[in-house]
Formats: sequence, C-alpha cells, structure tokens
Amino acid sequence: MATTLVPGAITAPVGDDDEFQIERHGIWKRFRKHKLAFVGAFVLIAIVLIAVLAKFLAPADPNFIDQAHWSGYPLAPGVAGHLLGTDENGRDLLSRLMFGAQISLTVAFLAVLMELVIGTVVGAIAGYYGGWIDYALMRLTDVFLSIPLLPLLLVLTAIVSATSSKAALGFGVIVVIIGGLSWMPVARLVRAAFLSLREKEFCEAARALGNRDSRIIFRHLLPNAVAPLIVQGTLEVANVIILESTLSFLGFGIQPPTASWGNMLANAESNMAIAPWVAIFPGLCILVTVLAINYLGDGLRDALDPNMK
Amino acid sequence: MQNPHITQADIERLKHNFGLDQPLPIRYLHWLGMVVQGHLGYSTSNSEDVATAILERMPATLLLMGCSFFLSLVIGVSFGIIAAIKPYSAIDYAITTFAFFGQSMPVFWFALMLQLAFAVTGITAFGYHFALPSAGLASNDDFDLGDRIAHLILPTIVLSLLSIATWSRFTRSSMLEVVKTDYMRTAAAKGLDRATIILRHGLKNALIPVVTIIALSLPGLVAGAVVTETIFAWPGMGRLFFNALGQFDFPLLMGYLMMTSVLVVFFNILADVAYAWLDPRVKYD
Repeated sequence: MATTLVPGAITAPVGDDDEFQIERHGIWKRFRKHKLAFVGAFVLIAIVLIAVLAKFLAPADPNFIDQAHWSGYPLAPGVAGHLLGTDENGRDLLSRLMFGAQISLTVAFLAVLMELVIGTVVGAIAGYYGGWIDYALMRLTDVFLSIPLLPLLLVLTAIVSATSSKAALGFGVIVVIIGGLSWMPVARLVRAAFLSLREKEFCEAARALGNRDSRIIFRHLLPNAVAPLIVQGTLEVANVIILESTLSFLGFGIQPPTASWGNMLANAESNMAIAPWVAIFPGLCILVTVLAINYLGDGLRDALDPNMK
Repeated sequence: MQNPHITQADIERLKHNFGLDQPLPIRYLHWLGMVVQGHLGYSTSNSEDVATAILERMPATLLLMGCSFFLSLVIGVSFGIIAAIKPYSAIDYAITTFAFFGQSMPVFWFALMLQLAFAVTGITAFGYHFALPSAGLASNDDFDLGDRIAHLILPTIVLSLLSIATWSRFTRSSMLEVVKTDYMRTAAAKGLDRATIILRHGLKNALIPVVTIIALSLPGLVAGAVVTETIFAWPGMGRLFFNALGQFDFPLLMGYLMMTSVLVVFFNILADVAYAWLDPRVKYD
C-alpha cells in the first residue's frame, strides 16, 4: 500500500521554489512602490493594536458616567481629564472610541470571513461544474444583487427586533446578516477565475490522477484564485465597516450601551450646535480606518495582480 | 400587558381576519399572489394602500436622485477625463485622492458634517454668511424656486459623493485604456485638435464600460437615498421606508423592497440595451 501513488499527492503548481521566491519579491517590490498603501497598512495596524489593547489603553471604562463633572451636557475636550471630551451621557469619548473600534473591526472581520466562505463555495461550484448548476447559482446571485443591500439589511434587523426585541440585535446577528447577504461579488469573482482555471492542463492532470472534485477545487484551483480574493476581501472589510456603522447610526445595528462608531453618532445630531466634537470624532475614526483599508487594498491589487484594473 | 377590553376571542378573530393564523410560507405565497396581481397590500400602521403611499413619495425621491445623478455624471465623468488626460500629474493625484476620500466617507457622517458646517453654524467667507436649510423639501407651502433649490443643495451633494468618486475612477481607467489605442493615434495624425480627439473619439469609447458601472451603482443610490432622506427629513420613499421600519410596518417594507428591486432590474436591462447600442460588437445570445 505504501508504495502506490496516492492520488492528489501532487500539489497545486505554484512553480518550483526559485521561481516562487522571485515572484514573491516582485509582489513585495510592487507593494512597496505604492507608498499610500504602505501608510494605510501602518495606520491599520495601529488601529487594530489600539482596539485589541483597548482594555489597557483606555483612560476610563467606556460606560462609566463621570457624574462628578457631568451636568447633562457633553463635556468639552480637555475638560476634567477627558482628552476628547464626553458624550451626551457624560461618558469618556476616547474610551468609547477605543472600545467601539473593537466592535466595528470584529464585526467587519467576521462578516468578511463569512462572505469569503459562502462566496467561494458558491463561485467555485458554479465555475467548476458549469452548465445548469452554474446557471442556477448565478441567477440566485443575480436575485440577491437586485435587492438594494442596505434596505434589505434594515428589514432583516427589523424582523429580528420585531420577533424578539431590539436587544436581540447582538453582535452575532449583525455579523450573520451582513455576511450572509454580501457574498455575491466574491461568488462572481471566484466563478470567473474557475471558469478559466478548469480548462488549464494542471486541472486536467489532477482529474486524470483520479482526484475527488472537492480536492481539485480546494487544493488545485483555489490557490490559483487567491490573489483577487485577498484584494476583494480587503476592500470588503472597508465596505462592511461603513455598512455596520450606518446600521448602528440608524438604530438597527449594535445596540447601546455597547459602543460602536456608528451608534456613537446616533445621538450626536441633536447636540451638534453645542457639542460638535461628539459628532466629529467617531466619524473621523470611520473615515481614517476605511481610507487606510482602501489604500491598502489598492496597493495589494497593484502588487498581487499587475494586470488587474 | 393585554388590553382588558379585548377578549381572547377578539384577538383570534383579528388574527384570522389578517391571515396571521396561517403559517409563514402560506402567508408569503398569499402576499406573492397579491403582488402578481399588482396589489401590494395595506400598511399596518395607518391602513394606507402601500402602492399609493410609495408612489406618492416617489416624485420627491426621483427629484433628489435625478439631481444627484446629473451632478455625479457631469462631475464624475469630467474628473475622470481630466485625470486621464494628464496621468500622474498633480491634478490627477488630487482627483484620485478625492475619489478615495469619497469612497471611504460614511454617507451619514458626511451629511452630519455638512449640516454642521452649513446649517448649524454657517460659513462666513468673503464678507458673506452662507447658510443652507438642512431639513425638508421647502420652507413653506408657497412655491419658491430659490427656496426649493436651497433645500436641494445639501442632500444632493451628500447623495452624489459616492457616485462621483466611483464614476470618476472608472472613467479615468477606461479613458487611459482608450488613449493608448490606434484610432486615437490616427485621429491625432489626421491633425484633429485635442478637444475633438478626446471628446469625439476618446470619450465615446471610454464611456461604454462606464454605462454598466452607472447602472450597477443604482442600488447604492437607492440605499444612499434612505440615509440621506432620513437625515435631511426629505419626504421621499427612503424616509417613508425608514419610518415604516420603526413601526415594523412589514407590508410597506416588503412593498418598498419589491418596488426598488424592480427599479434596479429595469435599469440593468436598460444598461444592457444601451451597452449593445453603444458598442455594436456586443452580441447577446
């Protein structure tokens, strides 16, 4: 038994080691040339670190009300040791921003992970098998794409809050709803890649060796489609951060008192004349993070696939 | 919790009258059957006919979306052309950076910031004080064109930002492809002036792929309208939708999703037709 050739022992053709090294250097060189992507990566790492270490870095508990100084109105930046001031409930804004980063980034990361998994499976099956399976799956994708995403998300969150309560709109529900409804671009991307990859010789070779379909799809074809997936995944993180903050701003996302960048802005409008900082800082956090991710994604696209526009 | 004036039998009777005692799939099929016959049902919050309620608010939304569409088209496409004519110049970098900011901006926050700058405090420059209304369609019922336009400015800018950013980036990359082609060199060799080459020969070809992007960004425009109308108290479909959301008025919500989806599909078909018309090489099976 031990001497027989195990089907699938030959892995996907990424070229021999030397070639791979050269290719990798090319990626790094092209990525380094994109200075803004570099800056974006650094900013993003800094934000992620702050979010992870929020417990240690935050000057106060995010839900602690500074009753000693607060008199019903937001405290201005710098007053009573609150570096960025407080919100309308007398809670330290900087601390809430740091803990809000945790929520916003985790939701985005998990939702994109879910998108990638669903989108890859749907796209891979459609692209690999073709025919009526492809047709059925792509029409399903079209149906999902034809409904405007944000209103659909809002209706689903409304259904959840109507059937139980608004408090049920936890973190997990938001992740599942967003991730479950924005996999369509990923599916299209993977399908397009698989349509051309399945005609390649190495795919035929893998099939001739008697590999199972699932092995061909995940071990041989998918690694060759990973570059556009990384780019799309990165840009999707930016999209999901905006989606989540919009839902939370409208009151159908992360529920207070848990801080998220979006729900911190929900009550800012009514106090804008006397306390503009409450409206400015959370939005600035969203803008900077999303901008950093978009530049990073742009740099990755230039680096990973120079032919892609 | 229960209202003492309503008996259990009344509750059962009402549930039966509204069909709420049926299982969910049956209720859905019932709804679908009505929709196919062109009836979207009645609002559960004020018993208004859903189709009438939505159609009543549609003109305000179409006005806002129309203004935003033209603004985005004019500014987005011209930004794209300007950036592509002088690639990697200072103005190209400025436009590309603007596009990145536009794509990364949370729409609702942009709206809040514009309200803060132009409506709450107002901007004083060159000895003038600029302030714009930040809510509603008009100040009063009397029709005043200037007042109407003033009310349109902020919501239009907010709704346009994302599409200006996206369309300018696509126009730029599409134009850069076209500039490299042989027929552009031929046009230059014939001695045509630069404006004619760019606009007549270049733009016509560069805009073909942009048409698809424009059609595909319509769902985004609809979603943006929900946020924009809510923040600026614009009496359109988006605000109707958002108010229905708070009251769990599901017939209205379903009707809204149905109508916007039909709108999206319709514009996609329109884009496909336009695509084939603009580029005769395209053939559909």
